[in-house]
Amino acid sequence: MRRILVGIKRVIDYNVRVRVRPDGTGVVTDGVKMSINPFDEIALEEALRIKEHGAADEIVVISAGPDEAQQQLRTALAMGADRAILVRTPIEVEPPAVARALLKLVEREKPLLVILGKQAIDDDCNQTGQMLAALWDRPQATFASKIDIHGDTARVTREVDAGLETIEVDLPAVLTTDLRLNEPRYVKLPDIMKAKKKPLDVTDFAALGVDAAPRLKVLGFEPPPKRQKGVMVKDAAELVAALRQKGLV
Amino acid sequence: MNRVLVVAEHANGELNPSTAKCVSCAASLPEAEISVAVLAANGAGVAAAAASIAGVSRVLLVDDAANEPALAAVLAPQVARLAEGYSHVFGPSTTFGKDLMPRVAALLDAPQVSDVMTVESVRRFRRLVYAGNGIITVEAPADRQIVATVRIASYQPAPAGGHATIVPVKLGIPLPTHTRLVSVNAARSDRPDLQTAARVVSGGRGLGSAENFALIQRLADRIGAAVGASRAAVDAGYAPNELQVGQTGKIIAPELYVAIGISGAIQHLTGIKDARTIVAINKDAEAPIFEVADYALVGDLFTLIPELEKLL
Repeated sequence: MRRILVGIKRVIDYNVRVRVRPDGTGVVTDGVKMSINPFDEIALEEALRIKEHGAADEIVVISAGPDEAQQQLRTALAMGADRAILVRTPIEVEPPAVARALLKLVEREKPLLVILGKQAIDDDCNQTGQMLAALWDRPQATFASKIDIHGDTARVTREVDAGLETIEVDLPAVLTTDLRLNEPRYVKLPDIMKAKKKPLDVTDFAALGVDAAPRLKVLGFEPPPKRQKGVMVKDAAELVAALRQKGLV
Repeated sequence: MNRVLVVAEHANGELNPSTAKCVSCAASLPEAEISVAVLAANGAGVAAAAASIAGVSRVLLVDDAANEPALAAVLAPQVARLAEGYSHVFGPSTTFGKDLMPRVAALLDAPQVSDVMTVESVRRFRRLVYAGNGIITVEAPADRQIVATVRIASYQPAPAGGHATIVPVKLGIPLPTHTRLVSVNAARSDRPDLQTAARVVSGGRGLGSAENFALIQRLADRIGAAVGASRAAVDAGYAPNELQVGQTGKIIAPELYVAIGISGAIQHLTGIKDARTIVAINKDAEAPIFEVADYALVGDLFTLIPELEKLL
């Protein structure tokens, strides 16, 4: 069975304007729309395409999060994943703990590929995929904008600061997705009905033998300083004059 | 004494300025003793450049043909070995560092603090979350090493003038061969580098086409600026990916940032929040970019850019 594991994180929807709670304990989540982390949706779409091209047989979506993350896993099943695993946790877990939990599932599922988003848009950490690859002692291809599977290797084009870099990795490997890899499909209503019958297993960190306790203590949560509102200039000449006066041009 | 190992970023025999910025961050730790690790195929020149950064006491030079090209899976076990005896391991939050450092952290069984913007104390750091909508202060545990990436837009490069000792190191550890470079497609440009430029002119969806995006390049050339782009402009194919500014692209801190035809999604704004002066040109007076702009000019960019070119 050629299997692909895909990580799915439940995050505040990317269209929501996130606000820090006045008491500094976190961000406002009451009544806020939650979604699949956009990079993870791209990871799932890529896995679905690889399967549709005949290079994989089964796609398993995995989330580490609260009970409510089952909603995002159901959406992933409706998009086309075959089954889902929730690693349930009532606390915020950090990338090293998620990577260790994924490693346990990798040992059980023996995938050909693990595809994760390059970062979650809540903590913006950009760590989990690289950490899993290290613990698993397998290749990583991060920030992917193109993936081609050829037998037991993958050729991956990566978005790097200098431009684009293409690497070849032996499989199994961990890949993380960048924004331009693909455009995820929309979920259709009949697929939502079908997804309800797909298997969704629930486990937790203790059952996997992984310590989920955070190692970084969050001491404070503040809104960013506001930029002072600027001035309106009426035309190009006034703008250039202002910039000249400040010595900027 | 806090012993900090900074992982040098380099390419084509040149040390990347991100390294001197990491040294600045490391130097803001109390009682810091700073070493720089240079992993290269033939790194004498890069090591010499690293040794001249003020505040660096030692440069660990690992010359190994396997280190060229730089691949995270090959470098990580070497950095983890070099890190023995160090309390902190820092790398830049460039794509090089973002790829490498978490792999190092996992090998060291250490937590990673991503994108450090301020050092509060030996184990306390501030960083941005939610695309810059929040700033958190985190404390790392005392019983482990601390791995961090440094948000390079938050730091000035440490000055030259150092005279560090260069120590050649032979590691002799097995390195993986499961990852191979196929090709690099890096645009050669005579323009200033986007991540270090003092001035940046960026274009967005408002440009309407790749041909029109040339207007941004011309204006940038007129004032000696680097060229940037919004995600929308890159997605639409007006500009290559390496020009993208924002949460998932480049985070920059120029003296002058000129945003043209960019509406100002929060993901873009987080990439420019440290710009000293922001100029926004947009035909939509309600565009969110105007909320952060120091100078706002409402109007048609196709009229305004040629006017600006004439005036500058």
